[in-house]
Amino acid sequence: MFAIESREEIAPRFHRFVVRAPEIARKHRPGQFVIVMPDELGERIPLTIAHADAAAGTITLVVQEMGKTTMAMGRMNGGDGFVSVVGPLGAPTHIERFGTVVCVGGGAGIAPLLPIAAGMKAAGNTVLSILGGRTHELVILQPEMTAASHEIFLTTDDGSLGRKGLVTHALSDLIAERGKPELVVAIGPAVMMRAVAELTRPLGIKTWASLNSIMVDGTGMCGACRVSVGGQTKFVCVDGPEFDAHEVDFDLLVKRLRMYLPEEQVARERYLEQCRCHEEGGGHHG
Amino acid sequence: MADEVKGVPELPKPERMKVPRHPMPTQDHHVRISNFDEVATGYDPETALVEAQRCLQCANPPCVKGCPVGIDIPAFIDLLRKGDVAGSLVKLKETNTLPAICGRVCPQEEQCEVVCVLAKRGEPVAIGRMERFVADWEREHGTASTPELAPPTGMCVAVVGSGPAGLACAAELARAGHAVTIFEALHKPGGVLVYGIPQFRLPKEIVTYEIDALTAMGVTLRPDFVIGKTASVHELFWEFGFDAVFLGTGAGLPYFLGIPGENYIGVLSANEFLTRVNLMKAYDFPRHDTPVRPGRRVAVVGSGNVAMDCLRTAKRLGAEEVICIYRRTRNESPARREELEHAEEEAIDFRWLSAPLAVRGNAEGFVTGMQIQRMELGEPDASGRRRPVPVAGSEYEIAVDTVVMAIGQGPNPLATRSTPGLALNRHGNIVADPETLQTSIPGVFAGGDIVTGAATVILAMGAGKQAARGIHAWLGRLKAGEVEKPRLE
Ligand SMILES: Cc1cc2nc3c(=O)[nH]c(=O)nc-3n(C[C@H](O)[C@H](O)[C@H](O)COP(=O)(O)OP(=O)(O)OC[C@H]3O[C@@H](n4cnc5c(N)ncnc54)[C@H](O)[C@@H]3O)c2cc1C
Ligand SMILES: Cc1cc2nc3c(=O)[nH]c(=O)nc-3n(C[C@H](O)[C@H](O)[C@H](O)COP(=O)(O)OP(=O)(O)OC[C@H]3O[C@@H](n4cnc5c(N)ncnc54)[C@H](O)[C@@H]3O)c2cc1C
Ligand code: SF4
Ligand code: FES
Repeated sequence: MFAIESREEIAPRFHRFVVRAPEIARKHRPGQFVIVMPDELGERIPLTIAHADAAAGTITLVVQEMGKTTMAMGRMNGGDGFVSVVGPLGAPTHIERFGTVVCVGGGAGIAPLLPIAAGMKAAGNTVLSILGGRTHELVILQPEMTAASHEIFLTTDDGSLGRKGLVTHALSDLIAERGKPELVVAIGPAVMMRAVAELTRPLGIKTWASLNSIMVDGTGMCGACRVSVGGQTKFVCVDGPEFDAHEVDFDLLVKRLRMYLPEEQVARERYLEQCRCHEEGGGHHG
Repeated sequence: MADEVKGVPELPKPERMKVPRHPMPTQDHHVRISNFDEVATGYDPETALVEAQRCLQCANPPCVKGCPVGIDIPAFIDLLRKGDVAGSLVKLKETNTLPAICGRVCPQEEQCEVVCVLAKRGEPVAIGRMERFVADWEREHGTASTPELAPPTGMCVAVVGSGPAGLACAAELARAGHAVTIFEALHKPGGVLVYGIPQFRLPKEIVTYEIDALTAMGVTLRPDFVIGKTASVHELFWEFGFDAVFLGTGAGLPYFLGIPGENYIGVLSANEFLTRVNLMKAYDFPRHDTPVRPGRRVAVVGSGNVAMDCLRTAKRLGAEEVICIYRRTRNESPARREELEHAEEEAIDFRWLSAPLAVRGNAEGFVTGMQIQRMELGEPDASGRRRPVPVAGSEYEIAVDTVVMAIGQGPNPLATRSTPGLALNRHGNIVADPETLQTSIPGVFAGGDIVTGAATVILAMGAGKQAARGIHAWLGRLKAGEVEKPRLE
């Protein structure tokens, strides 16, 4: 059992967990993730390590409620525990002094971006971060990302915070104003990463994307996470999660993410139904 | 079932040969294709004892030589015949740590039973079925005694991987008085026994029982711990303080064919398909959260034990049509005969001499079919097997919505690649000394599928035991100051 030390709702449907996992905290490097199985009947889902405190023996996870598993996690609290947390998995981000690095994050993708931005800054890069979300409260981890960057640019779809529009608009303006950065790191929904890749490809800017494929074991044993990069099949959990965004077949990634859509729907509805019965029966809100 | 097993007399030899081999009772195939309960239900005591009477008690028994670990087969059978089931189990356990498991999954038909003297004149003694009976009886009646442990030696061993190799190695070392910790990447121990082999062939309760027995012996289990990620072999020695390391990490890397369309949604490796169903219990979705898409028309590529397990699992998940695609013929199929026959009873559509050329899919990326090439057997190759060659112009299409690739597995490189100085062969398997199973790094031992490539439970179990002897000797030398723990940085 991996004890949850705290859970905090940092934005609507975004939860920050601090979890006791001393061995993982000790070994973590930016870019790596864990596989979490919340309870005995649960699914194993990949979550990026947003922060690790080796001295305290804890890791921080930022979880966006998407379906059954993440919604149920959002109701767990300090004192509860996850039955399984394994990691740190995946290849760490290649961090060195590139020059200027633009970090582009969307939605839950801002969480995995945080340790990378911090690592890039510590390595002597100029880190410019562009964070986007649908509306102001969904642009998570602003203070943390501000600290990890030299400059930060915000965008929202509805214009409630920063500039109205998509992260790609901000990125293309930034490039126009400041010139080409040495590296762009994009993490977020697959469609966002694809848009960033399409923007930087003609400009010849090296771009990395962190892929969020479906996983089971996270150790290269099942192949559920396979993607196509440069025409070759790769396993995201061991070969990635970061890849050269210009080589990634995003179309395939997006399609494969839809594999279990009907089942996810069933699980989510069944879960909500159970919550409802629970609330009616118990007369309180969960 | 009676709670006591009464011995039966020895029959005169000519009489013994007249007793026919007793068939294994099984669940009716009409019933079993809609459940995950065990197919073979096991001998009752009467049947087991009469079967035991058949054994000729050969003075120079060929069956023992046929057994990869050299179980004293006539001895365990004789104890069973006398009604001493506990003694029979002790005899089995002298060489086989996991008899309830091996009795179920060993290919006896090509090991001990094929060479049984009775096989020459009729049907061999049902060695595997009796082995299973003895172990099951003792487990169900709670009479199995915990083995005696040697006094603690103060030495600690890290066993990496909890498949049959790791479990057997841990049991032997614990018995010798060493402190053992098993590190397992998954959240549940057992290796292929839990994530690969389905419930209907090997009930998971049996694996749990064996693992509980290990913890009762003082073995520590660390699931959720990946060597090469959570800690390196070097750290096991120098930060965790272990005195020796055993690598039993198996052959867990799935192979794909490399044909067009293999990444369409609905193409799964056998490992993914079986892991979802067995380890994550997707057959019980949505009570368990992990889904699996059963598919209405499922094709499984390959014809080994892994393929049989996938075919029969797909059937049980409710697939209407389940098709086996194999480029050679039934004769070359590497599956156990029993599994093949069970699959045939379960109305699997076997397409022998068929090679997949491509997977077809629709615009949304879902599998819609496969292109298949007919084959014929040509000239024998170096191994003497006739090589399948394509029949020109014989390509045809089949409609399927799920394709499972069961064409083999290689060594998972997570542990090996992160261990500098560890010698591997060109397939990525660890090179180990045939006697001690020590690797190129002193103090690091290896056995099971990670050394041999995908093989069998009994060979992995035997290797774990053998490595334990090598480790025991090495620990003695370490204690005496003759050797030093390795530095791998
Ligand atoms: C390397 C990696 C790092 C990730 N890091 C984070 C993170 O830090 N924070 C965060 O909120 N999310 C992260 N994700 C995504 C997260 O794993 C999914 O949102 C989660 O699995 C959804 O599960 P669910 O049951 O709540 O939703 P579901 O209803 O099951 O699915 C919702 C969506 O999540 C995707 N998904 C479903 N199951 C899985 C699975 N087993 N693995 C991956 N994706 C799946 C599906 O494509 C679906 O569109 C990461 C994914 C990967 C691959
Ligand atoms: C579906 C299927 C059916 C089979 N049927 C039969 C049969 O009927 N009869 C038969 O005799 N054989 C059968 N086999 C083969 C048999 O199961 C294997 O030969 C045997 O399990 C090998 O044992 P092992 O201990 O070497 O490895 P495994 O059983 O593969 O166990 C290795 C363990 O190590 C863990 N591991 C790997 N890397 C790491 C790491 N870096 N850190 C920590 N842990 C790690 C894995 O998670 C796994 O649990 C079958 C195999 C499969 C896949
Ligand atoms: S070869 Fe057959 S008959 Fe002879 S001892 Fe072995 S099992 Fe008995
Ligand atoms: S998640 Fe299973 S191989 Fe990557």
